Amino acid sequence: MAQNTDTKRRATLISQKTANAVLRYLLMLLLALALFGVILLLLGKNPVQSYVDIFRSTLGSAYGFSEVVVAMVPMLITAVAVALPSRVGLINVGVEGQLYMGACLAAWGALTFTHLPAWALLPLMVFLGMLGGAAWAFFPGYLKSIGLVNETITSLLLNSVAPKIVAFLIFGFWHGPMDTNKTASFVPAARLPAFLGTRVDLSLVFALGLLILFWYVMRYTRWGLEMRAIGGNPQAARRNGIPLKAYQVGIMCMGGAIAGLAGMSLVSGYYGLLLANFSTGSGYMGFLISWLSFGDPIGILLVSFLVAIITTGGNLLQLTQGLPYAVINILLALALYIVLAKPTFIKEAKPAR
Amino acid sequence: MTLLAILGVISSAIYSGTSLLYATLGEVVGERAGIVNLGLEGVLLVSAAMGVAVTGLTGNPHLGILAAVLAGGLMNLLFGYLVITRKANQLASGLATMFLGFGLSALIGKDVVGAKIVSLPRLLLPGLSALPRLYSSLFMFDLLIFLVLPAAFLIWWLLFRTRWGLGLRAVGENADIAFASGRNPHWIRYQALFVSGLLAGLGAAHLAIAYTMNWTEYMTGGRGFIAVALVIFSKWHPLRAIAGALIFSGAVAFQLLMQSSGVQVSPFLLDTLPYLLTLLVLIAWGGNRKQSAPASLGRVYLGTE
Repeated sequence: MAQNTDTKRRATLISQKTANAVLRYLLMLLLALALFGVILLLLGKNPVQSYVDIFRSTLGSAYGFSEVVVAMVPMLITAVAVALPSRVGLINVGVEGQLYMGACLAAWGALTFTHLPAWALLPLMVFLGMLGGAAWAFFPGYLKSIGLVNETITSLLLNSVAPKIVAFLIFGFWHGPMDTNKTASFVPAARLPAFLGTRVDLSLVFALGLLILFWYVMRYTRWGLEMRAIGGNPQAARRNGIPLKAYQVGIMCMGGAIAGLAGMSLVSGYYGLLLANFSTGSGYMGFLISWLSFGDPIGILLVSFLVAIITTGGNLLQLTQGLPYAVINILLALALYIVLAKPTFIKEAKPAR
Repeated sequence: MTLLAILGVISSAIYSGTSLLYATLGEVVGERAGIVNLGLEGVLLVSAAMGVAVTGLTGNPHLGILAAVLAGGLMNLLFGYLVITRKANQLASGLATMFLGFGLSALIGKDVVGAKIVSLPRLLLPGLSALPRLYSSLFMFDLLIFLVLPAAFLIWWLLFRTRWGLGLRAVGENADIAFASGRNPHWIRYQALFVSGLLAGLGAAHLAIAYTMNWTEYMTGGRGFIAVALVIFSKWHPLRAIAGALIFSGAVAFQLLMQSSGVQVSPFLLDTLPYLLTLLVLIAWGGNRKQSAPASLGRVYLGTE
């Protein structure tokens, strides 16, 4: 019986720990909202009214909620693109570049095969997008696996190269008849179908499917076990016969492919065309979300949802308070700072000895 | 192609390279103490916005420079609080600082978007006053350009010829041993980040007050990331950073030269040059790189509790 009470005590301890964690994150969020409220107050705006407006426009209506989902989808996908390599100890800071290359190849597909029907063109674009992202991630993964250069530095450098290649292609060759900085709108067959008159499109299914797949693979398959082994101790994993180098290159490319999928969804769903410099930091946002949620699928979903509410609220701040859209980044950064600073509100219950 | 065109290209290269060299020097100081700051882009933005706003308000560009420099130092101290005192992850904290910079700079600059400001006065390089006016006007530089090379030498001297620099580099190599030999790693890292922020502020000030002479959102256009790349390219050495900045501004100059002689080269492809060169250099060094990077770069110093 002693064992039984022990498991029971452990279960209550675990649930208490989760409750503490939830409470901690809520307090952190409140603190961030309070600090940003002070900033709004200093600017002569009404913080309470702003928050009520943001809440109403995001969660208060079906359309507002759908806009939050629209903002959340790319974050979900890019966060998985970081979380997967992080499981084998690879730091993929290169999602931004991989996203651009995925979008670039997918757009090439959309502009070239205009006669194809949607059932053939969309899968082709998905494939091209993932190929573009994977190719961009291959370099850092390969250089890391042969022990030459750290993947953090290379993927970061390639981030700055990809948008310029996209800009070169658009300005030089692909731009539409009326514009210089974007392509013509894609044919309807190259657009991801949207749901129920909102801007939520099929990429939501990609994102949720990816999240479930990620969770399942890590938890129930041999690959997941081997990846966790590499993440725990690469040398021990290698001596146990796990092909370390193949995993490093393969997983990095897989992360890149997922990032490329995010790029494809953005150009095929949200924009419907390829725009120069269309992403200002969504790849980096994926890195932060994955980092904040410790690469945990449920955590990724929750954090992405919260961040999506904040960024969607930025539009409103611009409309009703006359502040630049970028100002909402302050609230985002405050929340990040507070989480990173790891404040201790509650003394953690020490396990009973 | 005339001599005048070539001189014009060189002159504009010097103008575009100065802000980059200041920022790179700043990042060198930070990374030598073991801290990589990916938020440099955000720090530059806040400094630039602050510089333009204060210059616009007071009509005095020198006050603008002062404000930009202080803003850079303060932003880095904020980042330092996270990574030094709270022992947070440096990459994540850097990216958070970048987003803070996006927001804060938009807020500071919102009333001066596109407004023209009083720019830094330009002085003639001494000894060139005898030249025809057409030529001499190409070598009228502002104060910050005249100071950038001395600044690089000063940083080199500080890092490699003073006790302060020795302690700073020791912390970057192995904070535990530096602690054991009687230095305070936390305090030294704060100092390094503050100096690094001041230099970044100088770079942003030159960009906004002397080069573009106005404020637009996201105006730094990735200069922060170029600087991070150039630090690696220059092997964490202030004097090699001069060469690194020259390569970048050289690419810009080359592009202008091509255009002036009628050859069309895409500016976008030329912009990728500094990154690709850095990549090539990294690959060429291969294993040797380990000897030049500060050994505990990016690691959290947990202290002795």
